[in-house]
Amino acid sequence: MRRPLLALEHVEKRYDAGEISVVALREVNLAVTRGEYVAVMGASGSGKSTLMNILGCLDLPSRGKYILAGTDVRLLDDTDLAAVRNRMIGFVFQSFNLIPRTSALRNVELPMVYAGVKPRERAERARVALEMVGLANRAGHKPSELSGGQQQRVAVARAIVTDPAIVLADEPTGNLDTTSSGEMLDLLDRLHESGRTIVVITHEPDVAMRASRVVRLSDGRIVSDEYQTPRAAVRSGSV
Amino acid sequence: MNLPESTRIAVRGLSGNRLRSGLTMLGILIGVGSVIVLVAVGNGSSLAVQKQIEGLGTNTLVVFSSRGGGGRAFGGGAGGGGRATNGTQSSATQLTMKDVTALGDKTQAPDLVAIAPVITEAAVTATYAGATYTPGQFVGTNSDYLSIRNYTVAEGAAFTADDVTNRNRVALLGQTVVTNLFGSQDPIGATVQFSGIDFHVGGVLTPKGSNGQQDQDDIVITPITAVQDTLAGANAPLSQITIEARSRGVMTAAADEVTTVLLGTHHLTDATNADFQVLNQATLLSTASSTNSVFTVLLGAVAAISLLVGGIGVMNIMLVTVTERTREIGIRKAIGARRSDILGQFLVEAVLLSLLGGVLGVIGGLIGSRFRIVGVTPVVAWYSVGLAFGVAVVVGLFFGLYPANRAASMRPIEALRHE
Ligand SMILES: Nc1ncnc2c1ncn2[C@@H]1O[C@H](COP(=O)(O)OP(=O)(O)OP(=O)(O)O)[C@@H](O)[C@H]1O
Ligand SMILES: [Mg+2]
Repeated sequence: MRRPLLALEHVEKRYDAGEISVVALREVNLAVTRGEYVAVMGASGSGKSTLMNILGCLDLPSRGKYILAGTDVRLLDDTDLAAVRNRMIGFVFQSFNLIPRTSALRNVELPMVYAGVKPRERAERARVALEMVGLANRAGHKPSELSGGQQQRVAVARAIVTDPAIVLADEPTGNLDTTSSGEMLDLLDRLHESGRTIVVITHEPDVAMRASRVVRLSDGRIVSDEYQTPRAAVRSGSV
Repeated sequence: MNLPESTRIAVRGLSGNRLRSGLTMLGILIGVGSVIVLVAVGNGSSLAVQKQIEGLGTNTLVVFSSRGGGGRAFGGGAGGGGRATNGTQSSATQLTMKDVTALGDKTQAPDLVAIAPVITEAAVTATYAGATYTPGQFVGTNSDYLSIRNYTVAEGAAFTADDVTNRNRVALLGQTVVTNLFGSQDPIGATVQFSGIDFHVGGVLTPKGSNGQQDQDDIVITPITAVQDTLAGANAPLSQITIEARSRGVMTAAADEVTTVLLGTHHLTDATNADFQVLNQATLLSTASSTNSVFTVLLGAVAAISLLVGGIGVMNIMLVTVTERTREIGIRKAIGARRSDILGQFLVEAVLLSLLGGVLGVIGGLIGSRFRIVGVTPVVAWYSVGLAFGVAVVVGLFFGLYPANRAASMRPIEALRHE
């Protein structure tokens, strides 16, 4: 078997809030190979977001190892982690997380600003990314001038603009209606087809159907991990 | 991320909240502006005193009686004028022409080059062809007075030693007096009545302007003998004796010689009982001038405090901004901003605030310094402009550092969770 791109080994995540300490993840072992499309499901509070934050290098495990592309992330310092987040990972948040009062184009440009890409090239690539998500005509709009679905697509454009190997999406369709959510899933399908590794959190079965693998969490533990044939056939038409 | 990039982000951050940024800048503006204006005021008044010293002649000694007649010395001296009184009123010995003659003895007083006895008459009214004017000073003296006091004659001629000996009633008029009595007419050769006594106008003095406290051109100078014959009376005591020493370096020696000679003529043995005072006007004025620079420093310190307060304003606003934008910081970190990127962004924002405030403060300060303030014409000290501006920027840097560092050290996941 190929070496996994992401590997969690005996990961535990514990939140200490004063006296009480919450164990959000326990004994999690998960290996994801390049090009997989993984759906993570589970009840509310089962630790899905916690898992995603660790995969996205936003947080570190309390115990156990996270090996990303062959490197143990505990060995990386702040600056290295920033670089990993910038180059390897595209993160789509449940709540969009666009920078307010800043145009869609600038929001999409932002990861490249920190990557040191020249302004001209930046704008060019941001435009291409916006085109990919079907928002080329909304480049100058601020987040407050965009619908929820459009904001989410801007967030996706921002996640993919640096051409990251891994796209992590935390309930990307959570706030969207059926149409927008269908468009979002089609977009993820296309990203998957273009070879990216995708991890999606969801609690909707029809979102999970698109994935090649479904991981279920319960109370911080992986309770099932199944491969399946993606049901891309149910794709909701073109974008 | 480089500086232009940080600057772009910072400018966007600042313009996102114009009123707040403006008010914060106002704090710095007032600080920088007041440093410049107040130092300029202090500086201006020091320079005015300096000008006075030059007007007096830097190597001039003035002797006047400790009590009675002499009273007020010539008006210029800041703090000049008889202060100390010692001895008793009854033993008063006034300054006389005998003292002047004694001071002229080169063996006793080798460091004195010119000696002018002075009688000043108060409230002398000048009349000419129906015009009436009361000059600020009416001085009876000898021909050396002009050079001692740095007066020159612009038109006509100065009176000579012969004029003094011959008790000629000639007068030299200052420009202010000429303007008030003659308007645009030529005064040379005219006859002016001073409190009813006819004097010939022999010349007009070159204007010296104000010495900061007094119009030096509001003066009439005549031979002392003529004044003794008419306005003052033959036995009138001298108001003062004005002396020029050989050089600035021998002022102390010259003053000692004057004291020794006058103790002799006044039949006194102990200098502590002296019934006269020898004043080195330049020294008095430089004391005044150094008091002035203390004053400048104090003004500057007060202004510097306001600059500091402005800096605290910057810090306050930056802390608010950082708290307000915690989520934004989280987003930036999540998509790859390094510590240094966030630090740079907020530091540049703080420095930009104080820099803009500083620039506006310099402009405001320079404009403010064009007006007369409490009777002083401010003179901008360029060091204060550089200093105030530099300090403003450093203040921005210093007070921005803590908020920026706080932003930079946030953990991405916590910043993102911030509501
Ligand atoms: N910062 C925190 N401090 C303390 N406890 C936390 C923190 N974040 C998460 N938890 C706890 O960890 C557990 C897992 O939380 P997590 O956010 O991963 O759940 P989730 O599966 O994403 O739920 P949801 O579907 O509602 O988003 C929960 O019990 C939660 O209360
Ligand atoms: Mg969650």
